[in-house]
Amino acid sequence: MASYDFLFDGLGLREWCDAGSSQAPMSMADLIGKSQGGDAPARSIWDLPFPSMDALNDACPNFPQARELTKGLENGFLSIKDGLSLFLDPLTQPLSWFLEGALWLFQTVPWFVMIPLLLLVVQLVARSFGLVLFVAACIGFLAFIDHYDYAMQTLAIIFVCAFLCVLVGVPIGIAMSRSNTFQNITIPILDMLQTLPPFVYLIPLIFLFSVTEPKLYGIAIILYAIVPVIRLTNLGIRLVDKEVIEAADAFGMTSWQKLKGVQIPLALPNIMAGVNQTIMMSLAMVVIASLVSAPGLGVLVLRGIRNLELGVGLVSGLGIVLLAVVLDRVTKAALARVNAAQKQ
Amino acid sequence: MSEDIKVSIRNLYKVFGAEPQAAMEHVRAGMDKADLLEEHGHVLGLKDINVDMHAGKITVIMGLSGSGKSTLIRHLNRLIEPTAGEVIVNGEDVLAYNEEQLRRLRRENMSMVFQKFALLPHRTVLENAGTPLEVRGYERHEWEDEARKWLNRVGLEGQDNQFPHQLSGGMQQRVGIARALTSNADIMLMDEAFSALDPLIRTDMQDLLLELQEELHKTVVFITHDLDEALKLADHLVILKDGEIVQQGEPQRILLHPNDPYIVDFISDINRARVLRVRSVMQKTDQPRPGMAGEVDADDTLESVIALSEGDTALSYRVMRNGQQVGILSVKELVRALVPTAAAEDGIRAKAG
Ligand SMILES: Nc1ncnc2c1ncn2[C@@H]1O[C@H](COP(=O)(O)OP(=O)(O)OP(=O)(O)O)[C@@H](O)[C@H]1O
Ligand SMILES: [Mg+2]
Repeated sequence: MASYDFLFDGLGLREWCDAGSSQAPMSMADLIGKSQGGDAPARSIWDLPFPSMDALNDACPNFPQARELTKGLENGFLSIKDGLSLFLDPLTQPLSWFLEGALWLFQTVPWFVMIPLLLLVVQLVARSFGLVLFVAACIGFLAFIDHYDYAMQTLAIIFVCAFLCVLVGVPIGIAMSRSNTFQNITIPILDMLQTLPPFVYLIPLIFLFSVTEPKLYGIAIILYAIVPVIRLTNLGIRLVDKEVIEAADAFGMTSWQKLKGVQIPLALPNIMAGVNQTIMMSLAMVVIASLVSAPGLGVLVLRGIRNLELGVGLVSGLGIVLLAVVLDRVTKAALARVNAAQKQ
Repeated sequence: MSEDIKVSIRNLYKVFGAEPQAAMEHVRAGMDKADLLEEHGHVLGLKDINVDMHAGKITVIMGLSGSGKSTLIRHLNRLIEPTAGEVIVNGEDVLAYNEEQLRRLRRENMSMVFQKFALLPHRTVLENAGTPLEVRGYERHEWEDEARKWLNRVGLEGQDNQFPHQLSGGMQQRVGIARALTSNADIMLMDEAFSALDPLIRTDMQDLLLELQEELHKTVVFITHDLDEALKLADHLVILKDGEIVQQGEPQRILLHPNDPYIVDFISDINRARVLRVRSVMQKTDQPRPGMAGEVDADDTLESVIALSEGDTALSYRVMRNGQQVGILSVKELVRALVPTAAAEDGIRAKAG
């Protein structure tokens, strides 16, 4: 005797319920009930279960059980998977090439060329000699403790992913700033991308792409890290002083002139703040992505966890912190430079 | 004096809100601003505005905060679209313009100066001043000289490579004016251009504007909420209240013949001796009379005549313009003119009530 019999009887669905039902698989509660011997005694109102899918299935065998939801989702995904990868595979192939290319480049260029090159980039971006020294010390330390290769792999992946995030994210942010409808559609998606635990991205991606391909982790990193640059580009453009926009209109600027000459330059501090966050989030994700064969310092962390090698885990963790500090300082210095150039 | 009309606004209405056309029906039926807001949730920005702006003159639009001044001036270059009415510039209806024609109008015929300067913070003073020409597609070497010329003209020699934030407010607004002049447009719109500046600098800027005007004869539309500023600059004064014109005309005339208690309130605090001119209160005649204490110019202020007479009300003066006598001014009449006038009986309030 199930609790919700009355519901289906009342709705006149009894026949549909029992039609051709060869007893659906038993729910856990049934199993427990069975093992305790026979039907449970008549239940009081206090024991009324929530009308969940399983409880309703008790009363009506044709009503789907909760496990069929997950199974349905899985089957649904599997059935569109082939079609999806047919279309996504070629589309994302360049990502694999970029990542492979960057990894190859960062590892083939000898250290005595690579390190000065990186320092030169720091100098160009940040224009601060002190910062160059600091970065030199950090990289030097990582190299000294034989983590140079791992660090370069991580950096290579971050460069590629952050670059693509900016390349794709800034135009999306601009589009959002120009259309409220598009903004309303995009914001929930961004919220979702930002709140989903990073591991959850990996699950469908593993089904779609082979684990040996770099684009698998590339996509995971980009999806996770692109959010801030989109958000802050949108925000930055929307926050541009209304009177300045009015002046641009009053002098007859076309919307392209306005975008290029006024909105983007004035939104630049916000966009740069977005880039900074994007880079930091790429770094966080590249560690997690080592679960799906992303090379770099994350691999060492993973080894530390798997094999309980405390020292390996701690040292590589320290390496990641150093990289994070370096990336953060350099992008913040660039941001400060932009800010100084256009305070109102 | 050329009296040709450069800009003409005809029966202009602006209703802000979701369905302005529907709300317009109520306005046409005579509903006022407060009722429209209360009953239909629409804001009546402007109501039946008619103004003619003459070429080469300064038209000042004055009113309290929220009276619709900014809304009105933004209709001239269509930064705001009207709900009904016409805006005619150089004989053409601006509202009929397509995007391309409108851009042309904004680039070549009208320039604008803003209350908060609205300079581009990431560009140098020179680049800011050159913006209008750059927008039109000129290369840097083509606009540089022109921009520098106007920067020098407004008193900013040698500041070319500064950024706006390195300048004081007054200097920033000079850049704003230089930018408007670089565009070489013959209509200049100024929305509370000097309101953000402190009083002394403000006076300097007003003098600068008058001096430039002497030389350039632009058609200036100037917005202010400050009566002294309005009286100093205006050739034609338009007084707005709650989106309606209460009175417009020659400033001296408005001072002597206000037609609404609102304007009486407005002008009750000013120093009339300083703003009223001899020509406005004199008795017109070219017949010489005996017993004159001396000569004064038609454009002298009453204040200067009082100083001259040392307060003796028995005296009279010949009023001269270009060496010719145009009238007689007795100090007694002068003193009478200093007493604020009540609103004329035919004021619109009187009509309404
Ligand atoms: N976009 C808008 N939507 C709704 N109402 C508006 C809008 N713009 C202006 N208004 C209303 O129109 C009226 C006139 O505004 P406007 O900005 O023209 O006043 P103003 O005379 O320039 O005042 P201020 O001296 O404060 O600049 C105000 O009541 C204002 O609330
Ligand atoms: Mg205003």
